[in-house]
Amino acid sequence: MSEKANPPALLRTALAERHEALGARMVPFSGWLMPIQYEGVVSEHLHTRSAAGLFDLSHMGRLQITGPDAEALIQRATTNDAARLQPGAIQYSLMCNAQGGVREDLLVYRFERGWWLVVNASNREKVIRVLEELRSEQQLQADVRDGTFEFLLLGLQGPSSKDVLRPFVDDDLEDLAYYHARQDRISLPGGVPGQEVIISRTGYTGEDGFEVMAPVLLAGALWDVLLADQRVRPVGLGARDTLRLEAGMALYGHELTDEITPYEARLGRVVRVDKGPFVGREALAALKDQTPDRRLVGLSFGPGAVPRAGFGVWSDDVEVGEVASGTFSPTLRRPIATAYVRPDLAEAGCKLQVAIRDTRVPATVVSLPFVPHRTRPAATRS
Amino acid sequence: MSEGSRIPDDRRYTSEHEWARPDGDVVVVGISDFAQHELGDVVYVELPAVGGRVLVGQEFGVIESVKSASDLFSPLTGEVVETNAELSEHPELVNESPYDGGWMLRVRADDLQELDALMDAAAYRKLIEGE
Repeated sequence: MSEKANPPALLRTALAERHEALGARMVPFSGWLMPIQYEGVVSEHLHTRSAAGLFDLSHMGRLQITGPDAEALIQRATTNDAARLQPGAIQYSLMCNAQGGVREDLLVYRFERGWWLVVNASNREKVIRVLEELRSEQQLQADVRDGTFEFLLLGLQGPSSKDVLRPFVDDDLEDLAYYHARQDRISLPGGVPGQEVIISRTGYTGEDGFEVMAPVLLAGALWDVLLADQRVRPVGLGARDTLRLEAGMALYGHELTDEITPYEARLGRVVRVDKGPFVGREALAALKDQTPDRRLVGLSFGPGAVPRAGFGVWSDDVEVGEVASGTFSPTLRRPIATAYVRPDLAEAGCKLQVAIRDTRVPATVVSLPFVPHRTRPAATRS
Repeated sequence: MSEGSRIPDDRRYTSEHEWARPDGDVVVVGISDFAQHELGDVVYVELPAVGGRVLVGQEFGVIESVKSASDLFSPLTGEVVETNAELSEHPELVNESPYDGGWMLRVRADDLQELDALMDAAAYRKLIEGE
């Protein structure tokens, strides 16, 4: 097996030149060249929690599912019950393998005229393949359209988001509940009025905020207009990661992998074994009432060295787990981590240690999130 | 960044981006402006104990940014007589003032002539422009 002489070129979102003009540090991320930071991870992070951070999320896969069997296909592929969604509602869900290991975490959006799945950039092609295989196997009439390159996805997160976005959106944002979306119209100064976009009240930060999916042609103008607001600063993937970890949110490849089950990851609430057949259902039904081999916990540290993914977790002289994600929390001003540990040690208050280089650094189990969420509660359960 | 990078003339530099500045009978050690910029926000600096020895070219500590940890390499051999206590509360001093407030060690050199082997400002600038 020889190395490819010419690896495929990195994908660029339609905003890449803007990021470069802003002085962003660009790095390869899941096959895309993305901004990791502009001014600095800590300042971007803190700005998001105090005002409004603007994110280019256009590397995320966005798949539109339509056709008479669209719902049936989504139900087969995912663990949560999509039938419970009203049009305009969104649910967090998982795709598992036949052993119940997590292949992907995603958002499922339902509209009158079809569905959207928002998936991790790293898993976009895998998800498409799984959907196409299931469709064929189950002989379902559904179209899977990859909208990733046609539509930009912008995130606007933070307490000022609503006030920033309000002047440009036709409908009242107050009415848009958390984990809900609608097709709305955006009007930009000097631009064509009333261009259609999808706005959702979702995010990966724990703050109130919105994600806007817009056709590429509209994208740059929308980015520019939002950034012109004094309250808004651009935020890169570095701060996206520190924000989501503070908010206790999972990242595929860290808290979720093919070898980890939803029950270990504390995501049993998005697995509905009674909803009907789906990939992994039998394995998950069997696992549901068993004590898992390990459990996801939050770990809190005193000021000092930073725990990182893969570092060992110890209980005195016994190794009892492994760090899933670790970073410095700009809000708490100390290191934080998530880890998988032996279930009997997964109680808040348990005193453990993490091996950081030559030292066993004390850590305390805490419940997630590290920083309370300030998202709006859902208007209705879905 | 290398064009805008500050490289004061009053000190010498290593290929690992540390600087060494003689000050009376000790040598002050830190990291360069280029290095702090590459690292991003510094969140923790692990330094040796006062009284410990540092060896030229050997790792003396670790500097952590939000994303990763990097080793710090000593520009000289000697005894650590002081470390910058401000850095435990304010690691961001390394970013804000890498040549002054962000200093890391004061070392009593075994042999001050070791510094002659390090790069001067002009040579260091050439190095980082190539990076």
